[in-house]
Amino acid sequence: MAVSEPSQVAGAQAAPPQREVIYRHAVVVRVTHWINVLCLTLLLMSGLRLFNYHPALYWGNYGYRGVPSVVSIGSAIDPDSGKPVGVTRIAGWSFVTTGVLGVSYDSDLADLWDHVRLRVPRGEAARRYNVLQKLAYLAVVFLLLPVMVLSGLTMSPAVTAAVPGLFDLFGGRQSARTIHFLVANLLVLFVLVHVVEVFLAGVVNGMRSMITGRYVIRPQVGP
Amino acid sequence: MSRLISRRGLLRAGSAAAGSLLLSGCDGVFESPSMRGALDFGQWVSLRVQRLLLSGQPLAREFAVADISPEFPLNGTSMPGGFAYFQMVVSQFASWRLKVDGLVRRPLSLSLDEIKALPARTQITMHNCDEGWTAIGQWTGVQLSHLLEMSELMPNVRYIVFHCLDELERTPDRSGLYYESLDLFDAFHAQTILAYGMNGQPLPVAHGAPLRLRVERQIGYKNAKYVTRIEAVETLAHVGRGKGGFWEDRGYQWYAGL
Repeated sequence: MAVSEPSQVAGAQAAPPQREVIYRHAVVVRVTHWINVLCLTLLLMSGLRLFNYHPALYWGNYGYRGVPSVVSIGSAIDPDSGKPVGVTRIAGWSFVTTGVLGVSYDSDLADLWDHVRLRVPRGEAARRYNVLQKLAYLAVVFLLLPVMVLSGLTMSPAVTAAVPGLFDLFGGRQSARTIHFLVANLLVLFVLVHVVEVFLAGVVNGMRSMITGRYVIRPQVGP
Repeated sequence: MSRLISRRGLLRAGSAAAGSLLLSGCDGVFESPSMRGALDFGQWVSLRVQRLLLSGQPLAREFAVADISPEFPLNGTSMPGGFAYFQMVVSQFASWRLKVDGLVRRPLSLSLDEIKALPARTQITMHNCDEGWTAIGQWTGVQLSHLLEMSELMPNVRYIVFHCLDELERTPDRSGLYYESLDLFDAFHAQTILAYGMNGQPLPVAHGAPLRLRVERQIGYKNAKYVTRIEAVETLAHVGRGKGGFWEDRGYQWYAGL
């Protein structure tokens, strides 16, 4: 299992296990990772630039200024507490969505912060990605990115002439645009969490492993 | 300091945080020469790939009357300036002529009535603005292919240029007149028509009266309004500022690849 030489352990100080370097990321993973960084950055820039020309989202095939937009995200004052709450309007229904993601107040943030900090693995657990991380990567690669590509193609009059089934898949050109925008936000959220985790786990070690492939396993602290 | 980080805040963090940071640098990045080179390469790739996808010349989806959007937003010019156009509107385009010339064996000069007497095609299609909005309208007109066959293109023709009556940018040398161009692949497509009717009515002034181009597999700005002259050319270099259209001369891609 361990790639390092066990010779050092034979020394006098047997108590603290030694710092160990493992080869964690194959060259394919590293190269595609940085291609992804470049692509996501450029596509997000061009996408947001275009979105700003008409920042409203609709459902169906047509949508323009004057047509009620299906998704709008705003805020209102809660009459009971007098505090501002987040309100998401979907197809005429208003939902108070403050706290839906569990990070509406500083105390929640503190919990989250502790939680994430506690989860940073040491020792044996640092050798692999945990189940949550794997699920997140699986969702991005096999769900979010394909939806992104297909909904993007559905916005093209040329591609939909060749593959009209895309309209039926997403429920129309404007529906595809709405989905494209929401999934783009999910990808940004994923990247934010990803970068926060890299910083928590050690940014130097993380960057080294994604550039050279080598990752340092720090010894397990405590029992 | 704000005590709230709402869902809205998070979503904003998604777009705005990245956005404000990135957007400020966007214009610079996308206008740098190396980026323009990359974008030109991207344009070439999209053109080739999409032409492969469209090699069977499929039609863009056509919709039912019930799908027509209640309104149809305006873009570009909605009332061309100048006394000449005003006179045309007043006279219901009686003196207006469509010219077909350039590299053709039989140059044409057609009145609106003569164009309406040609075989007509009616289609209900989706208009796709590059800004992101879409609208559905019904268009009636003559297929461009019909006019091109009437005028007998010479073998070296590669592009069809549409010259328009509206001046979208006022300049002393009149270089701000709207124009657009298509290659023969799109020019001869069945849904590429010169429309004089919209939603069962004569084409309104705001939508390009008396005649506008509909290219249903392309983005909005290719659909030139107020068309007055169709020119067959071998190269786009000598038309306008040489990029093939009003917006193309100002940085847009000739083939948007969308």
